[in-house]
Amino acid sequence: MTDAPPVREPVLELSDAELRFGERVVWHHLTLDVQPGEFIAVLGPNGTGKTSLLRALLGQYRLRAGSIRVNGHPPRTGDGDLGYIPQQKGMDRDTPMRGRDLIRMGLNGHRWGMGPLKRADRDRVEELIDAVGAREYSDSPVGLLSGGEQQRLRVAQALVGQPRILLCDEPLLSLDMQHQRRVAALIDEMRRTRDTAVVFVTHEINPILPYVDRVLYLAGGHHLIGPPREVMTSASLSRLYRSPIEVVEVGGRLVIVGGDDHHPHHDTDEDPADEPGILLGKGDH
Amino acid sequence: MDVLTGLFTFEDYGALVSLLLNSILAAALLGVVGGLVSVFVMTRDIAFAVHGIAELSFAGAALFLLIGFDVVHGSFVGSIIAAAIIAVGGVRESEKNSIIGVLMPFGLGLGILFLALYDGRAANKFGLLTGQIVAISGESLRLLVVTALIVLVVLAVIWRPLIFAGLDPQVARARGVPVASLHLIFMVVLGLSVALSVQVVGVLLVMALLVTPAAAATQVTASPVVTPILSVVFAVVSSVGGVLVALGSPVVPISPFVTTISFLIYAVCRLIGRRRMRRHIRARTQRESDLDRHPSLR
Repeated sequence: MTDAPPVREPVLELSDAELRFGERVVWHHLTLDVQPGEFIAVLGPNGTGKTSLLRALLGQYRLRAGSIRVNGHPPRTGDGDLGYIPQQKGMDRDTPMRGRDLIRMGLNGHRWGMGPLKRADRDRVEELIDAVGAREYSDSPVGLLSGGEQQRLRVAQALVGQPRILLCDEPLLSLDMQHQRRVAALIDEMRRTRDTAVVFVTHEINPILPYVDRVLYLAGGHHLIGPPREVMTSASLSRLYRSPIEVVEVGGRLVIVGGDDHHPHHDTDEDPADEPGILLGKGDH
Repeated sequence: MDVLTGLFTFEDYGALVSLLLNSILAAALLGVVGGLVSVFVMTRDIAFAVHGIAELSFAGAALFLLIGFDVVHGSFVGSIIAAAIIAVGGVRESEKNSIIGVLMPFGLGLGILFLALYDGRAANKFGLLTGQIVAISGESLRLLVVTALIVLVVLAVIWRPLIFAGLDPQVARARGVPVASLHLIFMVVLGLSVALSVQVVGVLLVMALLVTPAAAATQVTASPVVTPILSVVFAVVSSVGGVLVALGSPVVPISPFVTTISFLIYAVCRLIGRRRMRRHIRARTQRESDLDRHPSLR
């Protein structure tokens, strides 16, 4: 747990935001100010709109009510103020791309044409290679790197454009525990050294628990916001779910038990499941 | 040896080359197109789509033959329709292959039907399937050149975002890349490229120019700059080389030479690439075990 950073101009402001798919309310009355460098974890069962929140920030979904301001402006597509780290997924062995090329995509991947990078941009790529500790494998084919190495490169790719906010969509999923810890520590280090806010969507709070400033817990259209020790309690979550939830600390890890156990898998907005059944922190998958 | 001397007679070779200079130029241009397009066919894993489009291209050509239009035009029409259907219908990864699998036999069946109904020269029938560049008219050649240039210009413009969208569509979308539109544009480009290749190597063998060159190049390099360059070199050597060798043979058509050269290049690259692959995997294992020994290093 970290001390709350001093209050400055927020880089992200949600005020009374409401998102619906058709008539279904995904979340509503969502009000949240995020400070530069703040680490926000977004938790909740499948289908409660964690990924949809990121899409709304990216300008891919429109709010039904309320407003979002990203670094002072409304959400827009291709916003340079936002960096985005996706879930790790395997890449083909023969993908024609090396470590540094993956990072480079964060600078010019969206630009038309095929020209080379400017001098200053090349230097930035080099700087990021060292910052995430990828020097050793910066010239290796990305398809031949480990999942953890690929995620380090994706962190660098998301940061190379110097965004104010880093959006992370389950970036630790499908990594083993050791790599989860390392990538989480890297994201924490980056937000501290670069003053980049982090909005981190996850099923699993434990790998990031030491770094999280505040938790946004979404469930069944309702939500809770606060420091982990306030939100992640039996009383708060039982109130949120409106059914008994037990939060137990086992060996420094938070385990949440309640309702029907179901195995976490990736959010699918098409397939909402807002039942409170949840088992968090059950270990590594 | 008798077989070989029967296959090749290099008499009047110089005269033949100058006579068929246009065809050689067309083959070179096609090599450039195939080399570049194959990079995307490989990274997007859509080799099956190439084959599907080719068979509908055949249906289009056969239809045009039957109704008395230009065969080359017909194969373009068939290709573009097939590419558009696959692009629109198979947006979801899981549907892509089933749609192609459904379209392909339908297209081939139609093609066979049209050919059966057609009572003209038999030579045309086989040209479509196995290649016929020597037989194409000056007007068709102009169409091929213009199409190739269009494909090259479009590819040059969309190159980087197209790579990005294929590599990591979610991140690309977050960065504002119009992923869905790019996919559609690329599929049309692919349709045009398939129609071009059909003219040289025929329906059955388009993969030799639209898949193999990049597959060979990525065996020996992962550089996003060197890969397309090598791929183009491989494709041009295959297509032009195939035409030049075939000129010396009165009996064998161009396509077997193109496919054989293309295959040999791949085989050699694969051999060279094995050592490179092993080296990278060994380095990764080393890095991972270093991490285990010094957890503090992260």
